[in-house]
Amino acid sequence: MSAEATTNLPRRVNYLNVDHGVKSWLLTKDHKRIAILYLVSISFFFAIGGLMASLIRLELATPAGDLVQADVYNRLFTAHGVIMIFLFLIPSIPAVLGNFLIPIMIGAKDLAFPKLNLASWYVYNLGAALMMWALLRGGADTGWTFYTPYSSMYANSEVILTALGAFIVGFSSIMTGLNFIVTIHRMRAPGLTWFRLPLFVWAHYATSLIQVLGTPVVAIAILLVAAERLLHIGIFDPAVGGDPVLFQHLFWFYSHPAVYIMILPSMGVMSELVTAFSRKRIFGYRFVAFSSLAIAVLGFLVWGHHLFVSSQSILAGVIFSVLTMLVAVPSAVKVFNWTATLYKGSISWETPMLYAIGYVGLFVIGGLTGTMLATLGFDIHVHDTYFVVAHFHYIMVGGAVMGYLGGLHFWWPKITGRLYPAFWSKISALLIFVGFNLTFFPQFVVGYLGMPRRYHAYPEEFQVLNVLSSAGATVLAVGYILPTIYFIWSMRYGERAGANPWGAYGLEWQIPSPPPTHNFEEKPVVTTEAYDYYTLKEKRVA
Amino acid sequence: MQAESSRAWGLAHHFDNFEQQREASYLGMWVFLVTEIMFFGGLFTAYVVYRSANARAFALGSKELDITLGAFNTAVLIGSSLTMALAVWAAQQGKRKQIALFLVLTILLGGVFLGVKVVEYRAKIDHHLLPGPDFHFPVTEVDEILGVQEGNVEMFFNLYFAMTGLHALHMIIGIGVLLVMVVLALRGSFSRKNHNLVECMGLYWHFVDIVWIFLFPLLYLLGRNI
Amino acid sequence: MWKNFPLFPDKATELAGEVDQLTFVFLAIALFFSLLVATLVVYFAIRYRRRSEGQIGEVEETGIWLEIVWSAIPLVILLGMFFWGAKIYIKAYRPPSDAVEYFVTGKQWMWKFQHPEGNREINHLHVPVGQRIRLTMTSEDVIHSFFVPAFRVKADVLPGRYTSIWFEANKTGTFTLFCAEFCGAEHSQMLGSIIVMEPQDYEQWLAQGQPEKGVISSGEALFSKYVCNTCHYPDSAARAPILHGIWGEEVVLGDGESVVVDANYVRESILEPTAKLVKGYQPLMPTYQGQVSEEELVQLISYVRSLTSGTAESQDSTAVGDSNESEGQ
Repeated sequence: MSAEATTNLPRRVNYLNVDHGVKSWLLTKDHKRIAILYLVSISFFFAIGGLMASLIRLELATPAGDLVQADVYNRLFTAHGVIMIFLFLIPSIPAVLGNFLIPIMIGAKDLAFPKLNLASWYVYNLGAALMMWALLRGGADTGWTFYTPYSSMYANSEVILTALGAFIVGFSSIMTGLNFIVTIHRMRAPGLTWFRLPLFVWAHYATSLIQVLGTPVVAIAILLVAAERLLHIGIFDPAVGGDPVLFQHLFWFYSHPAVYIMILPSMGVMSELVTAFSRKRIFGYRFVAFSSLAIAVLGFLVWGHHLFVSSQSILAGVIFSVLTMLVAVPSAVKVFNWTATLYKGSISWETPMLYAIGYVGLFVIGGLTGTMLATLGFDIHVHDTYFVVAHFHYIMVGGAVMGYLGGLHFWWPKITGRLYPAFWSKISALLIFVGFNLTFFPQFVVGYLGMPRRYHAYPEEFQVLNVLSSAGATVLAVGYILPTIYFIWSMRYGERAGANPWGAYGLEWQIPSPPPTHNFEEKPVVTTEAYDYYTLKEKRVA
Repeated sequence: MQAESSRAWGLAHHFDNFEQQREASYLGMWVFLVTEIMFFGGLFTAYVVYRSANARAFALGSKELDITLGAFNTAVLIGSSLTMALAVWAAQQGKRKQIALFLVLTILLGGVFLGVKVVEYRAKIDHHLLPGPDFHFPVTEVDEILGVQEGNVEMFFNLYFAMTGLHALHMIIGIGVLLVMVVLALRGSFSRKNHNLVECMGLYWHFVDIVWIFLFPLLYLLGRNI
Repeated sequence: MWKNFPLFPDKATELAGEVDQLTFVFLAIALFFSLLVATLVVYFAIRYRRRSEGQIGEVEETGIWLEIVWSAIPLVILLGMFFWGAKIYIKAYRPPSDAVEYFVTGKQWMWKFQHPEGNREINHLHVPVGQRIRLTMTSEDVIHSFFVPAFRVKADVLPGRYTSIWFEANKTGTFTLFCAEFCGAEHSQMLGSIIVMEPQDYEQWLAQGQPEKGVISSGEALFSKYVCNTCHYPDSAARAPILHGIWGEEVVLGDGESVVVDANYVRESILEPTAKLVKGYQPLMPTYQGQVSEEELVQLISYVRSLTSGTAESQDSTAVGDSNESEGQ
């Protein structure tokens, strides 16, 4: 490699400047560069999905369906859901932060299968391209859930292309999960036992299990819908003895665990942020680690709570309800442990910590409303209303996106070697928190009032709350645009970050920022528990 | 651990040694096979649900399948699993020529399987048993009284084509990879130390074989005695 | 736009009160835990803020008992809420036996109703106050969902089978009916209203409506039209289960399993007679799939039902005209 020739220059060789040119990026097998590729892709799709969201909120500012036609509105919310879930949330933390950090955190040079990693990015983009093509041809109008028989026999839109896109993107998710599982099992540095792993790694391990076990099932279900439309055969069509509810079972068997694919990695980020900015071991390490696995396992047993009002038997409803309640326990354990970690910590109010504190608040609301929804008698009333919409946005945006942004702010100096402006980043964290609550809190109320989801027009009595929500969305949008600006700005003008700008514990902070291509000059040997700030300090003093 | 120059050929830069590389690729293959099981699992679930609802229609559909060809194909696939296992054995012994020989045999047997499948599919299409607008299945009066409708039989063939089609697709992909491996074997890319690809492909091939071992009785045998 | 700004939905059933009660209690619990966590986080973040650059947090041992306590407390509370919620759920989805049956058919994008007296309505349903009403629902196309916020009831309406929900309105008024399951372009326009009236007003309204044959008598007519009566009648020569007195009873099937005779079973027995054959009977009955419409099906089912509950085999003999017209198709 040409790297050897430049080592004696004052400027360090790192993964960013080791090679130049488009080809060196598009054919890279370096997990860090692939993470950047993913970052670019998902940011692009986040912007598109966000644009859809803005149009939806604009339409809902008035009760009449006056901005766009009903059919267009249906295509908008479908595109918003499909893009945000399949193209942004599912890959966000694993494919960007996980990809970048997991090999470094476990002291490896790369993921176990670097080519597979690159392939996953191409597969992702192929699926995304199909979806975008579908969108340009008018998009699908079934909602991201593709419920049959509407999706298979009645919808007059680009269901097949969109579904195939989701199908293909699913494979990129499987590839990433497989890669993580093997890497975490086989590539850990000497001395890095399972219980010395950073909790970020534990969370990704649990996530990968879900990706590997759940994604294939939804893939086959989506494939059957596409076959049903394309070949006019009826797998879910009641007219030939098919069962439309079977599709819902197959779909949610994956798609409920998929919710945990989105939220678990953000819990991993949270554990890193809380410890780094309290400079303290996490309270109850093993409980936090095992709660990730518990969530992953229980997550596969609760899909039926999406079918409480879909003619499922009362017994099934009762069983799924109680199982869903159980998932709340490991989630609560995490929240309490994070809170306890702050106790007697050395807490600094840096931007990532602001995100972490915001995350706890929003996740608690999202989680508690989740247990409300799991309560059968309550769910009958709010099922398929805006209450559900508000709940999952508290988890998906308040949780997953806050976690993602918090993580991005935390590791940005490591990824780029630059610091971003502290003032503006704190403003944006604040805007996002306020804007988010203003957008989604009113939706709990309007949902309880009875406004069903996926409504293009609505009765007048819901208007005040919808206007509040739309106003909040504007604030939220500003909150999201700001980081885009200062992150890009910082890549050129930001102050140079040292190896460890936060004084944090972890293998990733012991190597230069940005890291060299092979991460470690020599293979690290781990001798301490995770987040052992005490030993770290003693070492520094010595 | 080792300096770049002294690294053995065939050991990827990010692995410490061959053992780590081998274990990583086996684990990766096993995890992949788990995803495959879940993938086919969705179809098997649909099959079980619908079979239990339309047992007679499924039995009627089952009767239309050619049990002789099905049994022949089962034997062929089991034979190909044997040759695949022999290829893996040859790789462990570091016998290049034999690896190539057994791989070629596996490909041939796989090709025979697919050829027979084509014959079967052709016969189904000729008999208007391909689901779609052309589908036609004469339901006798007795069966009609027994509640069998054409659509229920069509559902059997939906699943028949979906399941065997997906299986055949796995065979085609497998044969494609085997072809590449024959070239690699002849070039001497596999050594006693480094033959992960052959072993992993062996796992894949056996998996595809096992799927058929489930498909054959479910589709061809169950309920033939009505 | 500030008028019409409720913060709580209208309440028009006893169930609504029960759901609201559950909501209030759960909200209080949620509020308590949210505030608890928020207060602790903010308090710790201020109290233990970093005071010097090199400062680290204190080393602490994990308290097992603390972990157990904060796992157990949420678990116990949630299980309590689970039982409460399940009780309401079972009540909402188990219609009482004395409920009067109305029929609902959803189709893109309208609601069709049929009263037991035979009156039909589109998108509006008039019902008497204080009457337990059971809705038996099906769809002609995609999945819809019947949702009346003021009653706190919701159930998906599926093609190819019946689902049911019941309510007993305890105040008069007009209440909005929404379709809650996305069903296509005009999903948000698939609205209707439930008009709850005083019983005497309802009687008057019924009488004003076009006098039609009642659902049961229409079913009786169909019963002869499709010659069901040649076999399924006490004095018929052929051997088929007699339908009198079987509704709601459990019957044993040929394979030893048993099934309760309800709308879904009768529906299936008409469309797929041999799927669940009663023990001791031969599979002789032909299928009626494709011959009877959804509306005729509910009429036949009502008739079969009436053979048990004994609600007059030939009521409303004033029926005028043929009721087999199918509307809006």
